[in-house]
Amino acid sequence: MKLSIGSVTKPGSTRINKTGSWRTFKPIIDIEACIGCGTCSMLCPEGSAYKDNVSGKYAIDYDYCKGCGICAQECPVKAIEMVMEEK
Amino acid sequence: MKEIRIHGRGGQGVVTSAELITLAAFDDGKFSHAFPFFGFERRGAPIVSFVRIDECPIRLRSHIYNPDYVIVQDPTLLDVVDVTSGLRPDGMVIANTEKEPEKLGLEGKIRIRTINATKIAMDVLGRPIMNTALIGAFAGATGEVSVDSIKNAVKSRFPGDMGEKNAEAVQKAYDMMRG
Amino acid sequence: MEIMEGSRAVAEAVKACRPNVIAAYPITPQTHIVEEISRMVADGELVSEYVRVESEHSAMSVCVGASATGARTYTATTSQGMALMHEVLFNAAGLRLPIVMTAANRSLSAPINIWNDHQDMISERDSGWIQLYSEDAQEASDMIIQAYKIAEDHDILLPVMIGMDGFILTHVHEPVELCSQEKVDDFLPLYDPIQYLTTENPLSFGTIVYPNTYTEFRYMIHEAMKKAERKIVDVASEFQDKFGRYYGGLIDTYEADDADLLILAMGSVIGTAKDAVDELRSEGKKVGIVKVRCYRPFPAEAIVESTKDAKAIAVLDKNISLGYEGALYTDVKSALYGKNGPLAMGFVLGLGGRDINKKTIKNIVAKADKAIKSGIFEAETEFVDLDLEVL
Repeated sequence: MKLSIGSVTKPGSTRINKTGSWRTFKPIIDIEACIGCGTCSMLCPEGSAYKDNVSGKYAIDYDYCKGCGICAQECPVKAIEMVMEEK
Repeated sequence: MKEIRIHGRGGQGVVTSAELITLAAFDDGKFSHAFPFFGFERRGAPIVSFVRIDECPIRLRSHIYNPDYVIVQDPTLLDVVDVTSGLRPDGMVIANTEKEPEKLGLEGKIRIRTINATKIAMDVLGRPIMNTALIGAFAGATGEVSVDSIKNAVKSRFPGDMGEKNAEAVQKAYDMMRG
Repeated sequence: MEIMEGSRAVAEAVKACRPNVIAAYPITPQTHIVEEISRMVADGELVSEYVRVESEHSAMSVCVGASATGARTYTATTSQGMALMHEVLFNAAGLRLPIVMTAANRSLSAPINIWNDHQDMISERDSGWIQLYSEDAQEASDMIIQAYKIAEDHDILLPVMIGMDGFILTHVHEPVELCSQEKVDDFLPLYDPIQYLTTENPLSFGTIVYPNTYTEFRYMIHEAMKKAERKIVDVASEFQDKFGRYYGGLIDTYEADDADLLILAMGSVIGTAKDAVDELRSEGKKVGIVKVRCYRPFPAEAIVESTKDAKAIAVLDKNISLGYEGALYTDVKSALYGKNGPLAMGFVLGLGGRDINKKTIKNIVAKADKAIKSGIFEAETEFVDLDLEVL
């Protein structure tokens, strides 16, 4: 591919690159225990924790979650468990 | 080429005086340029401005070391600045002061013309802004620029009533020197 | 032709180029330029976005952002302001944005000094900006119009800075002929960017490149610089056809054809040198001038060609690469290497506004003359009029 003048590219490469594959530990949310407070969503550095509008509880987008574990650490009711990824 | 050095203090219109003489000389059909040399801009600090007038385009950019004419806007400068430095033997000093030329304490055989431009400015403009009167006196004393061109320059630089009054001050000072 | 201040002559040329965005921070001795432009915008004479920024770093950043959207942009600065722009200057060139800037050339601190030399622009030599130097107010003004035409060419797409000596040219009142709007519109087409940002079509500019392609990106800028050599010469001729004024291409010469000694210099000192050369010629001395108008891209070929018949050259630098010598001197010697050219002497002068007069030039010529005659040649940089008493 020829180089573009000024290194100009179309944006959106982060959407294409599914960084979820980097994960070693995977957050699993216990839906019964989740109180829907949104702490995980606010603190997720990748924006991968999102609210499920049907249940009002939270879920993880595993395509982009890198498994940092902040959500599990900060969940006030300890509803998130970090589990070793099976590869 | 004729070279003019103007001494004044920041805020007295030294730069404007040089600009007006330049405009007038160009209006007379000659080439001219003007440029200032000042320190960190502040009111009251001694400032020098330079003017060159010639029949052909001017390329020289250096300061003026051997002026044909020296204009002194503020008599208090005589004590702090060597205003006659490098003045040509046939040169002339035109100073704004109420004193007679021989009372200025300038040494050597120097042609000096004095005019109380501040008084003219107070009489005509009601304010002590004497630079336009002083360049009128310069035109009268030297004949290097015509009084009409000076008046046109003043009127174009200061439109309206202000320009008219300044032109009046120019004419008055010019007439006194010619008188 | 009318008498006007050099700064106004530049502002009028900027107006005639119809820039869409102007961002500037006032600094002596550039102030009058941007004051005049902001007045034009405020009075509705120039329809443009004038952004009042809080620093020169921001001024150049605004220009970069605006230029990336396809806007024609302008700024002006000097000295410390240009130093503060430093990293953004590299970005402007690397992103290939045709920004035009006036540099009211001034020395750099410390100690603080507000007067003219060329250290500010020389210190940005490697930023990827095309560097032009002007001799008088007319040239500083006309070069704005030429600069956009050079910068916006699709083969070039590089920013251009035009040096005009601080105070000496920014504050001089002298006769200037302004270009009519109609002629400028005819000469300078609208900027036609090859890629530009919009909200509908977002793009990432200057994205990360790895060691495997960074060299290629630098090479592309270097190639554009080499192409600019031809473009600068062509635009100078086109300008002459349209407006009748010509300042030379990459270089210009004065009384150079049969000269034994050539003075090489940049900027307003050329005018004073011309007067000195006229007087020396009337005394029978074969002296001439090579005016270096373009410093980057460096006109090595033109300099070699113009100096090949001279016995010696005196290179005048209003800057110093501390620990070595004047920057122009270094580059000229490098161009002459292996070419069997004239002897070269370097002179550092006019730093921090020290006046250069005809006598200064004549003393330099006398020194070079002596070296030619005696055959004893000290290829060392000399500080002109250095006052040893105070050291």
